[in-house]
Amino acid sequence: MSDKTLPLPETRQHAGLLKSSLREYGMLLSLFAIMIFFQVATDGTLLRPLNLTNLVLQNSYIVIMALGMLLVIVTGHIDLSVGSVAGFIGAVAAVLMVRMGLHFVPAALICLAVGGLIGAAQGYWVAYFRIPSFIVTLAGMLVFKGLALALLQGQSVGPFPPTFQKLSSGFIPELLPGFEGLYPTSLAIGALLALALVYLNHRARALRESHGVETEPYGFFLGKNLLVFAVVVYFAYLIASHRGLPNVLVIMTALIALYAFVTARTVVGRQIYAVGGNAKAARLSGIKAERLTFLTFVNMGVLAALAGLVFAARLNTATPKAGLGFELDVIAACFIGGASAYGGVGKVGGAVIGALIMGVMNNGMSILGIGIDYQQVIKGLVLLGAVCLDVYNQRRT
Amino acid sequence: MNAILEMRGISKSFTGVKALADVSFTVERGEIHALVGENGAGKSTLMKVLSGVYPHGSYEGAIVFDGQERRFRDIVDSEALGIVIIHQELALIPLLSIAENIFIANPPARRGVIDRGEVHRRTKSLLAKVGLDEAPDTLVTDLGVGKQQLVEIAKALAKDVRLLILDEPTASLNEKDSAALLDLLAEFRAQGIASILITHKLNEVSRIADRITVLRDGRTVDRLDCRAGPVEEDRIITSMVNRDMEHRYPKRNPTAGATMGDTILEVSGWSVHHPEHADRPVIRNVDFRVRRGEIVGIAGLMGAGRTEFAMSLFGRSWGRRISGEVRLEGRPADLSTVRRAIDAGLAYVTEDRKQLGLLLEEDVRANVTLANLRGVSSNSVIDDMKELKVASGYRGRMRIRCASVYQPVGLLSGGNQQKVVLSKWLFTDPKVLILDEPTRGIDVGAKYEIYCIIQELADAGKGVIVISSEMPELLGICDRICVMHDGVFVADFPAAEATQERIMRAIMRKEERRP
Repeated sequence: MSDKTLPLPETRQHAGLLKSSLREYGMLLSLFAIMIFFQVATDGTLLRPLNLTNLVLQNSYIVIMALGMLLVIVTGHIDLSVGSVAGFIGAVAAVLMVRMGLHFVPAALICLAVGGLIGAAQGYWVAYFRIPSFIVTLAGMLVFKGLALALLQGQSVGPFPPTFQKLSSGFIPELLPGFEGLYPTSLAIGALLALALVYLNHRARALRESHGVETEPYGFFLGKNLLVFAVVVYFAYLIASHRGLPNVLVIMTALIALYAFVTARTVVGRQIYAVGGNAKAARLSGIKAERLTFLTFVNMGVLAALAGLVFAARLNTATPKAGLGFELDVIAACFIGGASAYGGVGKVGGAVIGALIMGVMNNGMSILGIGIDYQQVIKGLVLLGAVCLDVYNQRRT
Repeated sequence: MNAILEMRGISKSFTGVKALADVSFTVERGEIHALVGENGAGKSTLMKVLSGVYPHGSYEGAIVFDGQERRFRDIVDSEALGIVIIHQELALIPLLSIAENIFIANPPARRGVIDRGEVHRRTKSLLAKVGLDEAPDTLVTDLGVGKQQLVEIAKALAKDVRLLILDEPTASLNEKDSAALLDLLAEFRAQGIASILITHKLNEVSRIADRITVLRDGRTVDRLDCRAGPVEEDRIITSMVNRDMEHRYPKRNPTAGATMGDTILEVSGWSVHHPEHADRPVIRNVDFRVRRGEIVGIAGLMGAGRTEFAMSLFGRSWGRRISGEVRLEGRPADLSTVRRAIDAGLAYVTEDRKQLGLLLEEDVRANVTLANLRGVSSNSVIDDMKELKVASGYRGRMRIRCASVYQPVGLLSGGNQQKVVLSKWLFTDPKVLILDEPTRGIDVGAKYEIYCIIQELADAGKGVIVISSEMPELLGICDRICVMHDGVFVADFPAAEATQERIMRAIMRKEERRP
């Protein structure tokens, strides 16, 4: 009996790899396709620096919440309350800063802590009492929508202190002399980010090769990295030619990197996927499934609070209607990005791309003048289509 | 023409891989025909062709049933002719009653309204035929696996079955229920109903089958007739694996073990109560010990409390109001959570690989390291390369057959899945391993490999506990056999003195004394 498996013929190996990369990059390709479509359809308005900056600002809170929602969905649950929680936290922020005149730093910290507590309160019932998350968070949705209304006494409260507004409407300070309306610091940061991505890819590849692990053909790898570099630098250039990097984009990018790392490389990340994949098996492997589920809800609460702050800062008022329907966009983003409703499957990158697909479509359709009515119809169909495609692909393998 | 079914020259391929190659298979009227072969030999594929799961046109060859060539488009077509297949995984709906399950597809009805009285009457008579003494209104979830199996058969009878196909019907039954089921098949034979029995348990085959067809690698390799005279089990095995298996179990040489001697696990006064009925004791004040390098078997009927005993030890994963003391290597051990049990050096390989043992969508690598992620990480960050090295190491050592360690375990065969589960627990470096039904649903060749691994573990000085419902297996690999019945140990034999009869007698003596 031999322990070795025979190496596959070279061509088949590559064909298999290409196929699996196609699936991995399928979402990304759809995003590009949608962007190109709207770029053409809107005569180039979509990627104008001003519009691109707006696109980022408009979708930042959805992306931030999608990071938390992905973890919740991966553990096999759902959180319907995030929109209401974000709205409620906006109201809390308004009460603290506008009515009570608290400085924005302690106020923001209090808001994040309240978000964490809300997540803990909901996660407690889901994790330790086994009440379906759908029901717990549906209750939460009603409760916090109501509380936001009560807190604001039905009125809009604002404006926020200017320093707090900077969270959403501010841009990073320019350190270098600008020329021709370009913000060189932002461009430099973008270029550095692109270099860092390429460097990390190369290091991972070298490590794999040194351990004799199968890697993609070098040409493919090189092309992929060139593309990544070009795209990141191009977007940095676009952003830099408006007003530079928005603060919120910096926060968002840092969070995406953090969550991508946690889910892919850490013990906690692996355990979360295990709980979602097979909770009983995970428990019998010594994983504290209840505690992890609880913590994903706490995490979700904190991120919903952050999103609430970003949104309040962007509108510059807290309104009772803030956060209405956000949960739907957030959940849709995760599923478009390939998360499984049965748990255990889903990637941070996918959820972010899913959020961007929704965002680009919202933005592009608005520019085209499509009414809010048909926008929703189209978004709904895209959600269904994306998930169907995913299921179909999985069935074929 | 005495054949009810004739399958002629059946060939079937899946994307270039031949699953069946020119298989011919004949079942006579009113016979019990055993279909045997290793996992992947093509048994299930052949039965799916027969039942219409793979419709006419997707295979080559002809199916002749009752003297006519048949072209089934789907399973409804074959059932209309009385060909009924009962799968290994039962297809009953747990929260419906027995009667509702039996008549789920075609309840007797008048103008779309179900005739409850008629359902009840017919269910009663069907249950009487299969010898199941339960009310038709009983929910299926309240029945044991053995009784559920009987409900499946009653359901088949309701369809006027003429050819009954049973896929591993006794895999999850204890000896007593298995025997009852086989008797039932014999009764059907007397009534002229033919059966095809797919099974890994050769003692059942030699006990009841009229004829045997052996498949190997998608071909018919042997046809045996048992009516002339009994067929030796070893003869069947030789055909199945095409290698002369002088020993189905590796030779046990306890003296080769490192230091069989000092007690490594000692359980005293262990009591466990049912998780839902806290006043119902399931394990009653049990003492148990395992020595270093010893393989201890736990025999018993289904429901004797063996799995419950093991799981209650392993981090209190089963039961309530657990009391008693456990010492590992002489020191009191804290086993109050699964994590602590693992850290203390205990490992439990579950009887239900798919539900409780594996993350089916994750790859081999992630499954192997799941219970000891600390072993491949520093500061809570997983070292990919270290993890890969660990997984590849076990893949080689345990001979896990997979395309790569990045292959999802859901795609592996049962034997290889079991090796992945074993690897997972070996990587936690346990002192004592509890293996619950370690060879359930695994083919003969892979079983042998698992037995070898079990011996190596004992030789390496670990204590091994094997829970199994297959007595020959326990007799073949263990040093000592404890018999559990109704939550207590009723006998304890050195393997040399144990026989199937003595084990059964120990259980039965206890059974008679019960009030």
